[in-house]
Amino acid sequence: MFTHSAGGSDRRWGAGPNCGRVLLSWINRAPEFGSTFNQDARWPLSMNKPVLPADVDFDNYGPLYAARKEVYPQSVSGTFRRIKWGLMAFCLGVYYLLPFVRWNRGLGAPSQAVLVDLPNSRFYFCFIELWPQEVYYFTGLLIVAAITLFLMNSVGGRIWCGYLCPQTVWTDLFYAVERMIEGDRRERMRKAAAGGTPKLRRVAEITLKHSIWLLIAWWTGGAWVLYFNDAPTLVKQLATFQAPMLAYIWIAILTATTYLLAGFMREQVCVYMCPWPRIQAALTDEWALNVTYRYDRGEKRTSLKKASELRALGQAAGDCIDCYQCVAVCPTGIDIRDGAQLECIQCGLCIDACDTVMKKIGRETRLIGYDNDINIQRRLAGKTPVYRVVRPRTIVYSALIAGVGAIMLYALLTRSLLDVNVLHDRNPVAVRLSDGSIRNAYTVHLLNKRAFDRVVAIDIDGPNKATIHVVGVDSASPDRPMIVLGRDQTTELRVLVTAPSEDNPEKSTPVKFRVTDIGLGEVASATDNFVSP
Amino acid sequence: MAEQNDIDHVSGKTTTGHDWDGIKELNTPLPRWWVLTFYASIIWAVGYWILYPAWPLLSSYSTGMLHYSSRADVAVELANLEKKRGEKMLALGAASLADIEKDPALLALVRARGKTVFGDNCAPCHGSGAVGAKGYPNLNDDDWLWGGSLDQIMQTIQYGIRSGHPKTHDSAMLAFGKEGILKPEQIVTVANYVRSLSGLPTAQGYDAAAGAKIFAQNCTSCHGDTGKGNQELGAPNLTDKIWLYGSDETSLVETITNGRAGVMPAWVGRLDSATIKAMAVYVHSLGGGK
Repeated sequence: MFTHSAGGSDRRWGAGPNCGRVLLSWINRAPEFGSTFNQDARWPLSMNKPVLPADVDFDNYGPLYAARKEVYPQSVSGTFRRIKWGLMAFCLGVYYLLPFVRWNRGLGAPSQAVLVDLPNSRFYFCFIELWPQEVYYFTGLLIVAAITLFLMNSVGGRIWCGYLCPQTVWTDLFYAVERMIEGDRRERMRKAAAGGTPKLRRVAEITLKHSIWLLIAWWTGGAWVLYFNDAPTLVKQLATFQAPMLAYIWIAILTATTYLLAGFMREQVCVYMCPWPRIQAALTDEWALNVTYRYDRGEKRTSLKKASELRALGQAAGDCIDCYQCVAVCPTGIDIRDGAQLECIQCGLCIDACDTVMKKIGRETRLIGYDNDINIQRRLAGKTPVYRVVRPRTIVYSALIAGVGAIMLYALLTRSLLDVNVLHDRNPVAVRLSDGSIRNAYTVHLLNKRAFDRVVAIDIDGPNKATIHVVGVDSASPDRPMIVLGRDQTTELRVLVTAPSEDNPEKSTPVKFRVTDIGLGEVASATDNFVSP
Repeated sequence: MAEQNDIDHVSGKTTTGHDWDGIKELNTPLPRWWVLTFYASIIWAVGYWILYPAWPLLSSYSTGMLHYSSRADVAVELANLEKKRGEKMLALGAASLADIEKDPALLALVRARGKTVFGDNCAPCHGSGAVGAKGYPNLNDDDWLWGGSLDQIMQTIQYGIRSGHPKTHDSAMLAFGKEGILKPEQIVTVANYVRSLSGLPTAQGYDAAAGAKIFAQNCTSCHGDTGKGNQELGAPNLTDKIWLYGSDETSLVETITNGRAGVMPAWVGRLDSATIKAMAVYVHSLGGGK
């Protein structure tokens, strides 16, 4: 960080194993973002001093990687903790229970509301059924999801990371289990530090913790496979060991990843593995509200007693009483008072911790809160803070979300549930018959995306005096063959179009295949060519 | 070699002790991980020799304890494929030809299987698209020498044409010129007459009455009074637009002079009956079937 070299601090660049992390933090911090400070000094925006590589004493022989510092987050209660519990219950509830929600699609069709039917290449979401060629709807969904992330970021920073990301949600749940069994922060730290042979109670605790973790992880994997098969049936099969091998393999894989990611890797996933912190650092701007320590509430940070002594001497002292509660509750083990940093997932728990303390000592809450540097500077200058949630950036994001959403919705509502594709025979392109007339053969695919059988008629437009014949179909109306299309499937037909050569002197005439649903009147068409030999 | 390796003063590393005109080589041993990997590979290789085929012997090879062979794998997969096909082909064998064509599932099977079987067996003469060539009929059109119904096509595929099979189609066009039945100028005259049957222009100075007379005396027994042909005898229709050996005067003269007797092999015994059925329906579905 800027402070390390410019502030005369004795901590030097790369002086320790944290070199890589510090560098990352520095790279991920846009200059206008980071008027950060430490207890010794504070710099306004204009005073950031560039750091030249030549000035930095890199340690070329130290270890390349920093060992993980175990984190023991303390329990906390407050507004953001409540929001997090609520969102966790909601997200996990949706994930675990959604496969069991039923949806009536009629006889013979899957009755699961959300189902990825891979063997039949169908995707079901309530009233929507998608065929493989309609996967582009997912593209739209992904675009909306990406822009929504951008919007969240420009309004409230890493809302995704702090509240909704599966990594955060499951890690939070695993921490809750750990806390329930092993006790709160101090107790866990004490137990972890205790040497010697573990007592039976300790062994039991550890066994119980890992068992519950594995149970959650197993349930996570189990819920995943239910999205790919009829859930109640698969649950029965799984319980009686009759489910497909693949189901067990996937459950095993997801059990392992959940157990490892939420139980052991935890904040390291966010800090080292996840690209999103890097992306968000590039996306954020000066108006975005991030979890911020408001240093405008004064420095320096010291205990209540010392602070009043300092004040009595006419020296400055801040609202922060240096109680380290914000550090104690942090699930990534950082000090938010060091300013915005890569490791911070902005879960808001430090806000709750600090508010609790501030209430106790009778000071104004939100010493840590959702804020930005502009407002800190404004308050320092004696101005009122300004919050600009609505600004060109957020307007553009919202408009894009609305636009893409509207396009998708329009495409979905107006899509045809009857479709026809025509492929002209290439060998032979055309055949001359014994009476001199010309015959062209086509492979016609008819797509019936409705959940019921229906009868369609095929007409052709184009070549003069053309007749149509469908191989294998004896239609009551030979000039207008009627075909029965099975529900929710593609029907392949071999269609012969014959026309007199004297009436069709052109080398090639466009021919339009028009498919009409006799009952509903729905029409689909496709155009190809009628070729003379 | 010096037992006590020297230290190189520039790099501070030990040398191998080898000295070439005052130049010494630094001792840079292989990395430990590399050496370990190397030893592991050797152990792995020994295990491989024991389990898998590895060593060539005088007349065979060491088969290994697993007795693995890729050829056996192929045989197993081919057998599985046949077994898989067998179930579907059984349904095909049980159905009648007309039913196969009307059943969308069986028709789809026939179209898929037919295409590959046709490519393997029929394409050399009839072409991959079944368009034929001179002397080899186009199977897409509606002109059939021996009949274009499902049963007739099946019959032709089973026993062939002039194939030597007892049940084969056997009649042939006489060599009117070679056998001395018709004189060359008569052949030219009747050739022009045959062209006139399907509306093709005739040569200048051609005697239509003489042509009709020659035709009536020699050709009608097979090709019919009006030249419409006879599928019982494989006699082509001379009044249509399709000519297996060409419709120009030279080709016709050659046909009448030397006769024609194209051969199609019998497929019974070469293809199983379900496949022959599939081929009959496939050929019929190409478009020309009656």
